[in-house]
Amino acid sequence: MNMTDYIGALPEILLLALLCAVLLVGVFSADEDRNAAYWLAQFALLAVFAANTYIGARTRLVLFEGMYVRDSMAIVLKNFILAFAIIGLVYARDYLRARRIVSAEFYVLTLMAVLGMMVLVSAGSLLTVYLGLELLSLSLYAMVAMHRDSAMASEAAMKYFVMGALASGLLLYGISMLYGITGSIDISVVRNALADGGGGPIATYALVFIVAGVGFKLGAVPFHMWLPDVYEGAPTAVTTFIATAPKIAAFAMAMRLLVDGLQPLSSDWQLMLTWLAVGSMLLGNVVAIVQSNIKRMLAYSTIAHMGFLLLGVLSGNTGGYAGAMFYAIVYALMTLGAFGVVMLVAGEGSAEADRIQDFRGLAQRSPWFALVMLILMFSLAGVPPFAGFWAKWFVIKEVIATGHVWLAGLAVLISVIGAYYYLQVVRMMYFEQPEHMEEVHASGDTEIALSANGVAVLLLGVTPGVLMAVCIAAMRG
Amino acid sequence: MSNLPLLSICIWLPIVGGLWVLFAGARAPALAVKKESLIISAATLLFSIPLYTGFDLSTAEMQFVERLPWIPVFDMTYHLGIDGIALPLILLTTFTTVLVVLAGWEVVQDRAYQYFAAFLILEGLMLGVFAALDAILFYVFWEAMLIPMFIIIGVWGGKRRVYAALKFFLYTFLGSVFMLVGLLYLYFKGGSFEILDMHRLPLALDAQKWLFVAFFLAFAVKVPMWPVHTWLPDAHVEAPTGGSVILAAIMLKVGGYGFLRFSLPILPDGSYYFEGVMVALSLIAIVYISFVALVQRDMKRLIAYSSISHMGFVTLGLFMVFRIMQHSGSAEGAIMGMTGGMVQMISHGFISGALFLCVGVLYDRMHSREIADYGGVVNTMPKFASLMMLFVMANCGLPATSGFVGEFLVILASAKAGFWIAFLAATILVLGAAYTLWLYKRVIFGPVANDAVAALRDIGRREQVILIALAVAVLLFGVWPAPLIDVMRTSIENLVLNVVTSKLP
Repeated sequence: MNMTDYIGALPEILLLALLCAVLLVGVFSADEDRNAAYWLAQFALLAVFAANTYIGARTRLVLFEGMYVRDSMAIVLKNFILAFAIIGLVYARDYLRARRIVSAEFYVLTLMAVLGMMVLVSAGSLLTVYLGLELLSLSLYAMVAMHRDSAMASEAAMKYFVMGALASGLLLYGISMLYGITGSIDISVVRNALADGGGGPIATYALVFIVAGVGFKLGAVPFHMWLPDVYEGAPTAVTTFIATAPKIAAFAMAMRLLVDGLQPLSSDWQLMLTWLAVGSMLLGNVVAIVQSNIKRMLAYSTIAHMGFLLLGVLSGNTGGYAGAMFYAIVYALMTLGAFGVVMLVAGEGSAEADRIQDFRGLAQRSPWFALVMLILMFSLAGVPPFAGFWAKWFVIKEVIATGHVWLAGLAVLISVIGAYYYLQVVRMMYFEQPEHMEEVHASGDTEIALSANGVAVLLLGVTPGVLMAVCIAAMRG
Repeated sequence: MSNLPLLSICIWLPIVGGLWVLFAGARAPALAVKKESLIISAATLLFSIPLYTGFDLSTAEMQFVERLPWIPVFDMTYHLGIDGIALPLILLTTFTTVLVVLAGWEVVQDRAYQYFAAFLILEGLMLGVFAALDAILFYVFWEAMLIPMFIIIGVWGGKRRVYAALKFFLYTFLGSVFMLVGLLYLYFKGGSFEILDMHRLPLALDAQKWLFVAFFLAFAVKVPMWPVHTWLPDAHVEAPTGGSVILAAIMLKVGGYGFLRFSLPILPDGSYYFEGVMVALSLIAIVYISFVALVQRDMKRLIAYSSISHMGFVTLGLFMVFRIMQHSGSAEGAIMGMTGGMVQMISHGFISGALFLCVGVLYDRMHSREIADYGGVVNTMPKFASLMMLFVMANCGLPATSGFVGEFLVILASAKAGFWIAFLAATILVLGAAYTLWLYKRVIFGPVANDAVAALRDIGRREQVILIALAVAVLLFGVWPAPLIDVMRTSIENLVLNVVTSKLP
């Protein structure tokens, strides 16, 4: 262990230090709106973003004796996690303030979850994976429960915790078996050992548990049960956070475990992921149709999107991984915006605007934000010229390249089913008359961020090449 | 002039202009918005004229080519270009959009700026479809087109607009996604997204069959061919007048264009394999849908079915080529059939557009589309009645109107394909006359049906301008179709040559 190890991990170390500072500010500041904690948290994320971007070599670094990997995939994904956390905090602030549930702990837990994600993304050993995952998950459980007076939130937190603990246990069980076979928790050593010895049936047995753990984090069928309840029950600000950055981290977890570690078993996990993907796309899109609560609808939409993401992973080549990475980033961007609009429409009062009905006539109340939501909905549905189309395009292209044309056909067919419920939101906003003409308001920074979010989805749809190139380069490097 | 990127200007001027109208229009006075929209659409029309004057008739190569890198990691390019097949459709689009903007002038009150913005953006996207030479660029324009149309039907449509809008979107979306899979498969086989490279790519028969089915779903839904036409009557009936005009005049044509640009040249053997089915479906559309049109009680619905029937002529003209080549052995008949199909597309654009505008004129005054609510309109609206007479006659295929040229060419060519095909195709002359003239008789002639009809006022200057512009086009191409046919001749000859050459490896 030497200095370069610490320099390579500097972004995480910095985040940890600033996180403690936010905690202290929270304790000693008397401000009701927790402005100091908010701005310090934002500063922390920005500083870590800068540190992550500029510090260290561009080449692959293996630190702390293999525990920690800093490669270009990690750098890119961490930057997006940080960026989405920053925007998520901007959206969350108005919402939390209006509902009097603002507290410094929210910001601390957010930073802690981000730290967990960064550790997870950079995991070089099975233990680091578990460490990052638990840091992330425990923060999220607490965040879901933050709205103490809400029975729904408490119920959601409870469910999330119980299911999450079970999934962690499964994952840990799988890890222990891998350790038993290979005698190491270092992911690259595990890989080499499996490649040499094959591993036999016990390795496949371990794989099942690992896939279950990954599937739970992504929210893929049949490990999706927690997702709709948590999305609906948690305060929307927390849902926004859960739905975005952690999905990127979950993708990284899949890459670290399945691709970096269990590549020798790829034919097994490809088959498992195929069924997970098909099940997720089908169940997510079909069940979303009957939802009347937009948070629940977006939860099922998430399940469907994770199915598409898995299509990229299961194609088993660099292009497919790059496609899945592109999908994860674009998905998070779109979902962030969609929940941002949900919080915006909820407005200043303490009520939620989580029924699809609440979007009635938004086009007349606020033409601009209705347009932003229209862009996001069509993008989620995968209609060009928006970013979501390219995400689907990319993974489907890779699926066809691996020869699974039937799977591609099934995926596009299911995406048409999915279009239906996104169109319902557009329909409410544009085709129906509003119940009242009250204008939709938010603070200036929220409006700017939300506008930028919508425009980004459009611009990324017109020129997706840059981000595609970044993803491909990240997967090669 | 020739150095300007004319195609890009034609595509992006209305899109950017439309976005501008959308953002600036909320606060601007309605009249200013309308004037801006008219100026933008008129400017687009002006920019599209040099495409015609500068067009080289002697080559089937793509002209006015623009090529810029777009998504370099996958070698996708922003590649535009037109040949004699795309050019007439582009001119039809720019021409029709100006009329549609004029037609919405006084009619649209609710959120007018969004209405005009949607049509301008839609125009740019449709032009993009006709000009794109990169398959994915084509697909992006093709799908993006659905969004403004969805909004147009859903916001400014009739009573069942929500149902019609959703049906329109999902139906056409379902058709198109399989085309995407097909295009990606072609990329996987040939390593290029260039449409022209795909034209040259050898493909095994099995692959061609599957791809043909995938493309068929996309294009046949758009045309629409029987039996995937059911979205069209709903969409047409519920859409506002401008939406119906664009749907009938241009959006249906992208289906025919798709067959010409993708199915036939990329999959000649697949097309040959399915040509019997295609000819049969076309004939069913012509005969059966004509009967369906005959029993309609709603004017718009009747014209919608008439559109399906007339588009059957287009697909018949395109897919008869194999049969004609077999029977006569010379390409001349095949070229004639395909030319007929193309002329029919353009002519139908004028005629159906005009007929929907005529219904719009009546609907604006009476707020009813029921034929039974009308009668004796000629007594109160003589100018309107005489103009509508022309379009009705053109719809029946009266000589000296553009409707005659396309139908005549297709029927003449079909005689070389077989007696029964020619016979069934020719029934449109009888059936088409039956339903359109009967419609005209019930609405226009007879005694004044009720007080509302008695109180009708004749068309104003704005409406006259629109209908006369279309009347001139219908008559011009009816008596002198040469400019239209000359433009497409070389491209169609080249296409027929490609289509009859097997691409099996």
